Amino acid sequence: MDTVAHVMTPEQDSAQVKRIWKAFWVLLVLTILELALGLTIYFLEKGEPSAFGILSIKIVIIIFTIAKAFYIISIFMHLGDERRNMIMSIGIPALLFIWFIIAFLTEGNSIRYYRNTDAKTIKYEQQHIRHQPLNIPPGAENKYKVNH
Amino acid sequence: METAAVQTKKGLWSGGRSPFNVSYGKLMMWYFLLSDSFTFGAFLISYGTIRFSSNYWVDHNYVFNSFPGIHANAPLAFVSLMTFILIFSSVTMVLAVHEGHKMNKRGVEKWLMFTILGGLAFLSCQAVEWTHLLTTSHPVLVNGQIEYWNTTTSHNPWGPRVLFEGGLINTPGPVAFGGYFFGITGFHGFHVSVGVILLIITLINTKRGVFHNRGHYEMVEKIGLYWHFVDLVWVFVFLCFYLI
Repeated sequence: MDTVAHVMTPEQDSAQVKRIWKAFWVLLVLTILELALGLTIYFLEKGEPSAFGILSIKIVIIIFTIAKAFYIISIFMHLGDERRNMIMSIGIPALLFIWFIIAFLTEGNSIRYYRNTDAKTIKYEQQHIRHQPLNIPPGAENKYKVNH
Repeated sequence: METAAVQTKKGLWSGGRSPFNVSYGKLMMWYFLLSDSFTFGAFLISYGTIRFSSNYWVDHNYVFNSFPGIHANAPLAFVSLMTFILIFSSVTMVLAVHEGHKMNKRGVEKWLMFTILGGLAFLSCQAVEWTHLLTTSHPVLVNGQIEYWNTTTSHNPWGPRVLFEGGLINTPGPVAFGGYFFGITGFHGFHVSVGVILLIITLINTKRGVFHNRGHYEMVEKIGLYWHFVDLVWVFVFLCFYLI
């Protein structure tokens, strides 16, 4: 991209506008799919879903998010149209995130393990704590009122 | 500059012009955004670390389940609206940049206007959401007593629910939730506010014909990069706080 105004033919112009709207629809559809999966998790968690099943849905949502990020950066921010060495000067430092995420989430997991086992001195069995307990008696749901 | 693009690789780095074929300002905007992404990344990853280190985290589908004006359980609904607004404002921004390439002053003005409206709509939604969280109090079972807590940086009424005297009641949840939620969405909201101010300045300058006389609308492009980045960050905030 240079600083001088581009001279565009009407065909190039409408192709570019088409490309922008296509990216918009892709983003919209991906967001709707994410929402559908988010609501699926909500309804599944009313019962007793397998932890692996929930994790799989979450991984799919993360993949959709990365796809959205790719569309925003390459189409909306036009990074895909820049020179390769320019893309690399942005993209390679951003790869640090991979290490960053793996290292810190592992750290968090380790902290939990050490807390629960009192630094490995006691035995602890991981249990799943739910927001919504199972087998709620009728009427229990709305007994305590929320103040708006 | 058009002819420079076909020069050899040796000529590319021999000085005198940008080897990246971008202006200084645009390149620096990219590097600023890269550094800003590390700031946001650090916040979100530290949130993830704390979340992974806890035995229990809040269930976002119960925290964010209201829609202004409707008294019904609507998980994800309001935040979806916010997300759609931000994606749409991103499209209007890229259309403004596109009109700028064509030197179409009226087109730039029109799409910038829509982008500003989108940004303001998003900020209003965030204000409504924050107000709702900060002013709605929930019954919480604390040491065998029922207390009423708002969702703040020091109180979290969204712990696991237990049965107490025949009713279902929340227990205190992890305090870190409020700090991370208000901190990160607030930092993002601050970026949106700055973006709206920059867009208003750009709109005024466009109306005054500053860019037209300069011969290019590169400033719109640079603000556009910033605005898309704000949208990009929201995609990840949306993921981390509302979806997983």
